[in-house]
Amino acid sequence: MSTATEQNTTTHGDSHEHGMSDAGYIKIAIILALITALEVSTYYIDFGPLFLPSLIIMMIAKFVMVVSYFMHLKFDSRIFAFLFYTGLGLCLFVYLWALATFKFFG
Amino acid sequence: MAIIERPETTPAVPGGPSVPATVTPASSLGALKRPVTTTGWKSWLFTVDHKKIGIIYGVIGMFFLVVGGVEALLIRLQLASAEGKVLNASVYNQMFTMHGTTMVFLFSMPMANAFANYFLPLQLGARDVAFPRMNALAVWLTLTGGIILNLAWFLGGAADGGWFMYAPNSGPIFSPSNGVDFWVIGLQIAGIGSLIGSINLIVTVLNMRAPGLSLMKMPVFSWMMLVVQFLLVFSLPVITVALTLLMFQRGFGATFFDVAQGADPLLWQHLFWIFGHPEVYILVLPAFGIISEVLPTFSRKPLFGYPFVVFSGAAIGLVGFGVWAHHMFASGLGPVSVAVFSIATMAIAIPTGVKIFNWTLTMWGGKIWFATPMKFAIGLVVLFTFGGLSGVTHSVAPSDTQQTDTYYIVAHFHYVLFGGMVFGLFSGLYYWWPKVFGKRLNERLGSWNFWLMFIGMNMTFGPMHILGLQGQPRRMYQWTENRAGEGFFDLGFWNMIASVGSFVLAIGILFFFINMVWTTKKEPKSSLDPWDARTLEWITSNPPKEHNFDRIPTVSHLDEFFHRKYQEDHATESMTPIKTAEEILAEEEANADAHIHLPSPSYWPLVLAVGIGVLGLGVIYGVPTMIIGGSIVLVAIFGWVLEPSVAEDFDYEGTSHDDGPSKELTTHG
Amino acid sequence: MADVAVHADHSADHQAHQGSTGLSNNKLAMWLFLGSECLLFGGLISTYMLYRGRVKDGPHPHQIYDIPFTSVSSFVLLMSSLTMVLAVTAAQRHDDRRTNLWLTVTAVLGATFVGGQIYEFTAFYREGLGFTTSLFSSSFYTLTGFHGVHVSVGIIMLLVTVGVIKKNRVVGNKAESVELVGLYWHFVDIVWIVIFTLVYLIPS
Repeated sequence: MSTATEQNTTTHGDSHEHGMSDAGYIKIAIILALITALEVSTYYIDFGPLFLPSLIIMMIAKFVMVVSYFMHLKFDSRIFAFLFYTGLGLCLFVYLWALATFKFFG
Repeated sequence: MAIIERPETTPAVPGGPSVPATVTPASSLGALKRPVTTTGWKSWLFTVDHKKIGIIYGVIGMFFLVVGGVEALLIRLQLASAEGKVLNASVYNQMFTMHGTTMVFLFSMPMANAFANYFLPLQLGARDVAFPRMNALAVWLTLTGGIILNLAWFLGGAADGGWFMYAPNSGPIFSPSNGVDFWVIGLQIAGIGSLIGSINLIVTVLNMRAPGLSLMKMPVFSWMMLVVQFLLVFSLPVITVALTLLMFQRGFGATFFDVAQGADPLLWQHLFWIFGHPEVYILVLPAFGIISEVLPTFSRKPLFGYPFVVFSGAAIGLVGFGVWAHHMFASGLGPVSVAVFSIATMAIAIPTGVKIFNWTLTMWGGKIWFATPMKFAIGLVVLFTFGGLSGVTHSVAPSDTQQTDTYYIVAHFHYVLFGGMVFGLFSGLYYWWPKVFGKRLNERLGSWNFWLMFIGMNMTFGPMHILGLQGQPRRMYQWTENRAGEGFFDLGFWNMIASVGSFVLAIGILFFFINMVWTTKKEPKSSLDPWDARTLEWITSNPPKEHNFDRIPTVSHLDEFFHRKYQEDHATESMTPIKTAEEILAEEEANADAHIHLPSPSYWPLVLAVGIGVLGLGVIYGVPTMIIGGSIVLVAIFGWVLEPSVAEDFDYEGTSHDDGPSKELTTHG
Repeated sequence: MADVAVHADHSADHQAHQGSTGLSNNKLAMWLFLGSECLLFGGLISTYMLYRGRVKDGPHPHQIYDIPFTSVSSFVLLMSSLTMVLAVTAAQRHDDRRTNLWLTVTAVLGATFVGGQIYEFTAFYREGLGFTTSLFSSSFYTLTGFHGVHVSVGIIMLLVTVGVIKKNRVVGNKAESVELVGLYWHFVDIVWIVIFTLVYLIPS
């Protein structure tokens, strides 16, 4: 066993890069900023019947992008995705159903 | 947190002078030394050893079993005769609230954690859990929560809104005493403990299995505990929301459940039961796991349909999130919701039925050994089936509309919880007692324990089916002669039977404690493998050494231990013993690992739990208390993060041999 | 065989060969915790959605929200996620200086967000929206308050990480510690992504 006293270890297991450079992250951030701008524009521009669906879709898009890229879930082991999305899935299931019993969706 | 080596003095050069191992980080900032005692009360308070923590959970659980049991006996004394005078209405409300709360949160969950903490690492071939200090924090938070919950008895009256604490009844107008506040704070704190524990155990099961131990070779107990932890992780936050909203209403005047302001009381009910239904599976699945070990062992047959038992457990867990509103059939949900939840509830009976079939088929054709663990296990199969059948009748919503809030429901859930969960826990106690304490509990006393509990339980809860269907409501502090009826339906008669039964039950449980004391004083030490068991936790000494396994076992079969003892011959369908348990253990000891890494004890989990407790009390008693609590919490968190990962070598004054825990070591303040 | 000297960071070696899944214990724990937090915020968001229109007294949502202001706040938080990621990649490159730089920027952006929230709340309060004014107000403040507390805890974690890296007292894998703080921080950001749309942009 080596007696060297490195301050940092070189083995990262699953945390090594999967091809996302800093430039890649900046690109994602720009896309997120543009989507945000589009979201805010719904306050000023009348989207008509597209208002609600487009906002929901944009929200989901931003959510998934941050989770997949910034939180690296797309490139990491499926186990992490299972743990997180099970929680998210149960959350959506129980709360949407509960709200439905309150006739929230009409 | 990684498992860290306890430093030992080893010669740098063979035969040369001892050189202490360097530890990390370089300095401990003085006050942050880690405690090092391995015996005495300090070794329990600062322990991070999963086995000690398991025993602490067990002591907490059994203590609160007695507390909750006394609360139940008082209720039954009150209801034994017409217009009972034992308890007035207000005290009666507190009694049934605290009985339910205590039995669910302070007895069952700690007992399940006792077994999980002690045996999960052993069944997985690990030396400890993934996060030992978090483990300690979880048990101390559970105790803190339990103390706060029960402090209310002495400080103005306990909570009195029922264990499900429906709002707005539990709000400040209708429940003005502090009792509900203590209930909310106590449960929030215990809930944090459970959440931490559940994350810990999931990571332990995922990541700390012995080589070769794939998930589908894990014992069923480990599987059921894994499902339980997932249920906890995802259901606890929901009750956290409910408790927080109630706390803000009671403490700060928010109007979440104030109907005059437009609130909807069903909000509480949904939030509570979205947690509350998975909670009942959290209560019963550990017992299912335990008897899935006991039944095969005492039938001398492998578990029938292992994959089915595993998958049905997971299915129960998952579908358990989809049936909560069956507790709300009479609340005005509307026909569509009621119908959907009704069907979902019927569906969940299916995986449960699968388990009953598998357990029965495990016993079929086996050589049954009716030792006490087996009696309790068979008791579970029979009694849980009764409870499950009444449960299916509840799933039919129109029928439930008559049954709800009557004693018929009380009968159902006591059959599944007492007949199911408690019998399973006792089966586990008798089964694993020799492993934990080195002696088998006395069989004769065990038989008395079982039969008194079995008879007492049926005497107490059997008549409640009749009482309920004849209309006796829950949570009524008195019943009167002229409502009681006559003949077979003389409810007074059945109430008396139930009350007598509850005392028979209590004596049955008393026999367990008698057995405990008797066994400690009079029983001889047990052999290494008294039941000819099947799973990995039996490849350890009785009790296991501090580091569990001298060598981490390599697993190649389901029921690995059994396969090391017996050679199967499929042609002649026979088994030949090839090794005894003693030989297998000796072989492991002979091949012991040279370096065994154990986590060091720590002060900070206990300190942090105390700090959180004081902080919680501050919500009731005001900002100064909160500041004190908050300061302790901050100090504890910093201490935890910054303490060295091992105790420094000059904290030890032992010799150079690593024989584990027998060294007497110094401590520093 | 003597095993005398111990790495300053030797616990990382244990991490490298522990784990039946080959994954880090701490990372599994963090993802589990975040999965559980979904249900916490889901409950608070659902309570808000149910109660957003229930105003017996006091201002209604559309009368009180300042969408341009909150949009800027949201943008700031979003950008803090970018700087957080840059801190993580710097840590993976063992660039302590850059890591601390980006961590600090993230904390500053987070503090800007929290500052914006505090400003927003005080403005609402002055306009008549107290905590107990209506069901809408209680639910709004509880939801956004919980989120704000989570952000604040995140800021503390960021600053503590900066301090611990500076003083060279990191226990375990440094890059992983930064990554774990990052996961928490991004989660707090995605909760806000949901809140911004459902609470502010979609009128009741």
